[in-house]
Amino acid sequence: MSIDVERIRADFPILTRTVRDGRPLVYLDSANTSQKPRQVIDAIDDYYTAHNANIHRATHQLGEEATEAYEGARIKAANLIGAGSETEVVFTKNISEGINLVAYAMGNAATAGPEAERFRVGPGDEIVITEMEHHSNIVPWQLLAQRTGATLRWFGVTDDGRLDLTNIDDLINERTKIVAVAHQSNVLGTINPLRLIADKAHAVGALVLADGAQAVPHMRVDVQALGVDFYGFTAHKICGPTGIGVLWGRAELLETLPPFLGGGEMIETVAMEGSTYAPPPHKFEAGTMPIAEAAGLGAAIDYLTEVGLDQIEAQQQELLAYALKSLTAIDGLRIIGPVDAEERGTAISFTLEGLDGREIHPHDVSQVLDAHGIAVRAGHHCARPLHKRFGVTASTRASLYFYNTPDEVDALVEGLRETQKFFGTT
Amino acid sequence: MQLESMYQEIILDHYRNPHHKGLREPYDAEVHHVNPTCGDEVTLRVRLDGGEVADVSYDALGCSISQASASVMTDLIIGRPVKDAMVTGDEFLKLMQSRGQLEPDEDVLEDAVAFTGVSKYPARIKCALLAWMAWKDATAKAMEGSNS
Repeated sequence: MSIDVERIRADFPILTRTVRDGRPLVYLDSANTSQKPRQVIDAIDDYYTAHNANIHRATHQLGEEATEAYEGARIKAANLIGAGSETEVVFTKNISEGINLVAYAMGNAATAGPEAERFRVGPGDEIVITEMEHHSNIVPWQLLAQRTGATLRWFGVTDDGRLDLTNIDDLINERTKIVAVAHQSNVLGTINPLRLIADKAHAVGALVLADGAQAVPHMRVDVQALGVDFYGFTAHKICGPTGIGVLWGRAELLETLPPFLGGGEMIETVAMEGSTYAPPPHKFEAGTMPIAEAAGLGAAIDYLTEVGLDQIEAQQQELLAYALKSLTAIDGLRIIGPVDAEERGTAISFTLEGLDGREIHPHDVSQVLDAHGIAVRAGHHCARPLHKRFGVTASTRASLYFYNTPDEVDALVEGLRETQKFFGTT
Repeated sequence: MQLESMYQEIILDHYRNPHHKGLREPYDAEVHHVNPTCGDEVTLRVRLDGGEVADVSYDALGCSISQASASVMTDLIIGRPVKDAMVTGDEFLKLMQSRGQLEPDEDVLEDAVAFTGVSKYPARIKCALLAWMAWKDATAKAMEGSNS
């Protein structure tokens, strides 16, 4: 069964508003953050209106209800990505924090007990990332390398926007401690072959972390089948609220991984001389957590499941094929990333020339589109090394979600042609 | 329509045919400034001659607003006493921080009054200020050099 987009749009109050002098909003920036359906907004409202209390420590009815909302979201998140158990799901602030959690905990392994041996990183060890990562999957590893004396290495990217795997056997070797890679690029849209990378990494005893920020919104993810060890995603890109993300980790790894942030609720017992820690996932959840946001995340997962993950993926593929066809028909538009819909998602980045053949800066493109009510992102999209790889400082990115329509793609194309005229005359 | 209020014809003219563009010798100081949100870059050189702005040359990558602003700036300050140019720079900064609320002084700002519309768009103010900030920085360096 296919998606009834008009019915879905009715669930999103923001999609009915107008912008810039009464123009209907054409929201093509969902890779940045998705819009929220009424069901999610209501869940957060209902939490604060009727159930608000702190979790795990309040022995009263509201405390029980709040705990149920929070822990219920954990079970839903675990089911969404095929986790073995909800105890493998750690709530974080966002994916950046999830990646930093792993990187800092690995840094802490140097002074932890022998059970943390496999996480130790030092001089001579290697950390492997890729040139297409978001800054949030680059900088934490640069910092870990600096702190420990380890060496940072990375996969390159081919001209057509795929991961360059030609030197994989050199990059992933017996010195490799961890490989951190995006499941789907936020700029190129490219979906990376996680299983292949995970098998290579495991063959040499390395760990694999995947950044699923752009993948979970668009496809059915099964962390077991992907074969990775850690997997992160964020609520606000799957119709949920900002302020909460998920880090999934294999149970046996979370058990021995040293803590990251210390504080309330992450302990077993505290003495002035030293402390012991709660079992995972609570070991990694210090302090009062984003409870209302967890309730919102739970509602978002319910919503996506109700619409249907397979239906969303199918609708996105169809819309993507239409968008790629429409955009590549514009003279002077160059897509950065795969131009065919195979193994790619719905983030489409491009550069644009005016009618005079001179490149129009992405900020100027997005400004003209904005005047037409069309919201896109312009800049380096937190992936500066990738832009440098393609010889540009910035690009314009249109990103689609299941509430977008072919008409909106047409509006984008029309807006881009207007932009070319506006800047193109000499 | 609002698009024209930002992209005034003067701005588009300077963007299409920038004045004083290119890096020139000799110079007293050179700086490189970037706008971290969009990656726009400017390399700018300043030559001073006895308290006067003898030359400002630049190479810039960026949007029409940042390119046009650099061009307008060089028109306004080359050949002027550094002191007066600084006054113009301060006036331009005030205009850009005004959110469109300030009536610009056309005698001081000349073509730069065209950027009034840009000041209504918070995301674009940095674009208009990029070259001016680079020039102030380079001038300070050049003056330091001549004092030591």
